[in-house]
Amino acid sequence: MVAPSSNLGASAPAPTSGEAIVVRGLEKSFGEWPVLWNLDLTVGWGELVALFGANGVGKTTLLRILSTQAKPDAGSIQVAGFGLSKNAQTIRRRVGVVAHQTFLYEDLSCRENLVHYGRLYGLEDPRNRAEEALLQLGLSNRADSRVRTLSNGMQKRLSIARAILHRPQILILDEPEAGLDRESIAVLRSLLEEWTDAGLSVIMTTHDLDLGLSWARRAAVLSGGRIRFPAADEYMDGAQVRELVASALEPSR
Amino acid sequence: MNEFLRPIGVLLWKDILIELRSRDLVVSLLVFGLVVVVVFNFALNATPELVTEVTPGILWVAFAFAGVLAMNRAFVREKEEGGLDGLLLSPISRDSIFFGKAAASFIFMLLVEAVLLPIFAGLLNFSPASFTLILTIVLATLGFSVVGTLFSAISVQTRSREILLPVLFFPVILPVLVGAVESTKQALGGDTVVGLGHWLPLLGAFDALFLVICHWIFSIVVEE
Repeated sequence: MVAPSSNLGASAPAPTSGEAIVVRGLEKSFGEWPVLWNLDLTVGWGELVALFGANGVGKTTLLRILSTQAKPDAGSIQVAGFGLSKNAQTIRRRVGVVAHQTFLYEDLSCRENLVHYGRLYGLEDPRNRAEEALLQLGLSNRADSRVRTLSNGMQKRLSIARAILHRPQILILDEPEAGLDRESIAVLRSLLEEWTDAGLSVIMTTHDLDLGLSWARRAAVLSGGRIRFPAADEYMDGAQVRELVASALEPSR
Repeated sequence: MNEFLRPIGVLLWKDILIELRSRDLVVSLLVFGLVVVVVFNFALNATPELVTEVTPGILWVAFAFAGVLAMNRAFVREKEEGGLDGLLLSPISRDSIFFGKAAASFIFMLLVEAVLLPIFAGLLNFSPASFTLILTIVLATLGFSVVGTLFSAISVQTRSREILLPVLFFPVILPVLVGAVESTKQALGGDTVVGLGHWLPLLGAFDALFLVICHWIFSIVVEE
């Protein structure tokens, strides 16, 4: 896998004012089952926030709401400076999403998948941009391979290439490291560092405490329907934060 | 191309490309249609009187059930790997998604019908070279594609989608089906477009109505 080329992915203009994500009083239930309630969250520009939490606490639901895939029951949400309720289509241009599913078509090649999405996003030169994204994720030599012939890890890498294709300002990643080998994880980390260095933002969920804490500038724990910041307003720099996150993840707390 | 038509073209081309690669949809529709035609051909002794009376029904049974098979696949493919979520995440309107999928189903069904019709005509002794008949097929297939796309999007979100789709689809499409059978009957009897009376305009009216209603409901259905 090749190392990421600089300025290939994180080249969207970085906003200079406001916050990347602002959530206030978010509530979401599935039937009678409340998942998120009175949830507040802020992600600044240039920040990578790692979101931890036990299974079923609503991490994926939160990310689906932020990416306009699900509607909140209540609360105010701003993504990239736009209100979610009235600007969903504008927000979709500004976020890139990596989820558990790859959003790829198995009978199309890697290049065809990316060109398809590039056209959907109205990119000026989707072919050229697809080649750049393939190069960045180390998939140039498999550009003409059908997705069904790729390993799960390679499909995940292609899914990341799809997410950065349109140069979004905010990346929303649901366990992006799942299924990736060590080399691919290193490339992903490098890409995310480049992303945040360019002033763009990332929010990601992970169950890997070590990985999340080493990548993130801020950690958040989702528990009991709300976000808990063990180290609010502090950048990750030590064992104390790790201790706080680990303790917040314990069921008894 | 404007922001509405461009994504429709992108979605249509993607579905054609996938079908060119897999060939599973068109081939299965053709095999199914051929089986229906051959079975009815053996079951009936095709006298000229019988052809006019029974052929329209047989023709549209084959086309309608082949259509249901096509609609079943329309969103299954999107759902399997999260492609539908990928579409919903992209900055295109829900209308574009609906019309893109409906256009793909329309083209696939027309393709299958274009192959089946001459075979059908040969076995049951009627002439397929009728402008009225072709216009009837095009209008009815448009109605099938539009209604089928909506119900495919609804049924794909359920576990019993193969059963739910025909249960939802056929009662709603009944006016189009009746119109298509009656119009075909008159076309095979030698009537011209002018002589068809109200059936062709009725088919056109149902298409227009379904286009408006179905694309509006689709936007609601695909949102959570």
